[in-house]
Amino acid sequence: MNLATGYLAADVGTRRGLTLGLFAVFIAITLYITVWASRQNKTASDYYAAGRSFSPLQNGLAISGDYMSAASFLGIAGLIALYGYDGFLYSIGFLVAWLVALLLVAELMRNSGRYTMADVLAFRMRQRPVRAAAGLSTVVVSIFYLIAQMVGAGSLVALLLGIGKGQTFAGMSQGTAKNVTIVLVGALMIFYVVVGGMRGTTWVQIVKAGLLVTGALIMTIVVLAKFNFNISSLLGQAAEKSGKGDKFLNPGLRYGAGDWKTKIDLISLGLALVLGTAGLPHVLMRFYTVPTAKDARRSVNWAIGFIGAFYLMTLALGFGAAALVGSAAIRAQNTGGNTAAPQLAESLGGGAGTTGGALFLAFIAAVAFATILAVVAGLTLASSASVAHDLYANALHRGEVDEGDEVKVARGSAFVIGAIAIVLSIFAQNLNVAFLVALAFAVAASGNLPAILYSLFWKRFNTQGATWAIYGGLGVAVFLVIFSPVVSGSATAMISDHDFSWFPLENPGIISIPAGFFFGWLGTVLSNEENAPKYAELEVRSLTGAGAH
Amino acid sequence: MASDLGTGAGAATAPPPNSAYVAMEADPRFVELRRRYRSFVFPMTVAFLAWYLLYVLLSAYARGFMDAKVVGHINVALVFGLLQFVSTFGIAWLYARYANSRLDPIADELRGEVK
Repeated sequence: MNLATGYLAADVGTRRGLTLGLFAVFIAITLYITVWASRQNKTASDYYAAGRSFSPLQNGLAISGDYMSAASFLGIAGLIALYGYDGFLYSIGFLVAWLVALLLVAELMRNSGRYTMADVLAFRMRQRPVRAAAGLSTVVVSIFYLIAQMVGAGSLVALLLGIGKGQTFAGMSQGTAKNVTIVLVGALMIFYVVVGGMRGTTWVQIVKAGLLVTGALIMTIVVLAKFNFNISSLLGQAAEKSGKGDKFLNPGLRYGAGDWKTKIDLISLGLALVLGTAGLPHVLMRFYTVPTAKDARRSVNWAIGFIGAFYLMTLALGFGAAALVGSAAIRAQNTGGNTAAPQLAESLGGGAGTTGGALFLAFIAAVAFATILAVVAGLTLASSASVAHDLYANALHRGEVDEGDEVKVARGSAFVIGAIAIVLSIFAQNLNVAFLVALAFAVAASGNLPAILYSLFWKRFNTQGATWAIYGGLGVAVFLVIFSPVVSGSATAMISDHDFSWFPLENPGIISIPAGFFFGWLGTVLSNEENAPKYAELEVRSLTGAGAH
Repeated sequence: MASDLGTGAGAATAPPPNSAYVAMEADPRFVELRRRYRSFVFPMTVAFLAWYLLYVLLSAYARGFMDAKVVGHINVALVFGLLQFVSTFGIAWLYARYANSRLDPIADELRGEVK
């Protein structure tokens, strides 16, 4: 109904044609890259770590491409466009988080690990229990993240192609079009990962990061030029057009506006964002794709530069959309604000009905699509690597597996995980699953990060500590979210017609992160196991790079 | 839980490489490398986490302060947020410089010595 208004009124056919054309160009390029990459892949190191052959700049771009999801491009720009300042809180957490990765994790991990997060966790432990725990946590985090991205992709493509409720496109209803999108995105990510391995996936992420940063840069420059590069007047007009006045520029329109609970929730979210990144398996795996720890450091520094610049630009895009498109027009398209950036592009290109507007809009829509594909491919790769390397080769077969067989299992599990993600996403299609991204960060911060930090820095840490940290952090985070208002009870909950929520916060981080660290400590001190020579080896290897793969 | 496969038996029969690492861990140069690394990253981590938490807490509880205008439509909250970007870029740059001059030379020297 509402989709008939605004930016979709004119030239729906032309716009869809342009958008689909650009989608097709991007898909063709990435398929070509993937097939090309597959010719260079021979060993397990090629499949999991692209032969450790990427340069710091390339890996920095790929990290950015892996990390900046559609949620951060469309979602944060939309949040800023609708709620003003509060959208910015997300960007800051997502960026500062990289310092944890840079200072404490990236180099030590690159030096002491091989292909997966569990390589470092299990280094001085009994392999099977730790590999099993780390593998499970990797798959859980990745699947949560995948479902959120794929369900988002379905709605997004429907939105970008302008297929509203009750409308049809090429004979498909909105629901069918969403399902087709989910299947298509799933099939492409499976292809990238199964055929291209880490090398193919990395190149898809590099291309995507280049497109995303270029697109955002062009829009930012055009927006700022409209205000003669005077940020204050951009903010002034945004506040005025938002209908909220100066409140639009102050914290509090969305988070922490109500009672004490919303304020604690804001802090809880902030903690999960800043501590989660360095525990995300698909991010950690990227550190293995460069030759040395020094290159891992340089990659993260590049990534901090790209990601920081990008989030600064989303600020201009969000306020620009509020100022030039207006919050009302954005909300009319999508109540979550996800179309703010595409609508801004259309307005900057000349407005609805102009060729420039249609072109710019189609370009930004294609960038958003590329963004989703690159992120889901990274997630599928990380989880399939963990299933093959941690669960199959090490937990099940105690490391006595032929390398070629292990890679075959990795390819097979990428296929299976992709298929599971497709099916779950289709079932979840009409549920509000946006909270799954925050939950993935919370699980990573509560289960993975304590285990990683204890592993690297605490001599006494042992097998029981590692498994308790992972299961404890993961269990508490998931348990609390099940009984939180995002799953049941509220109007926007995943299940809105039942109410079994008793936990008051939307984000479990403030409880589950300390719980993960606590369980890691408790499990350790309750077990006598201690392997000092192995810790000496880990310490020397992680700091000097001796014996690095 | 405590008496398991990999610990006691594994450590006792550990191959020689282990002892080279144990020796290196006690080497004064390695001790210095670890001290230099930890004396930079631990305080810095505490500092940036505290700085970030301060920002989040102010956003939640010090609305009056955050809402104050600095110049034109630019308020304290925006300046504070932008300062988080500045500090992140700054710490990343400082660490790279520190690691290049104070950590890498020792690590490069020790790497080849462990066999």
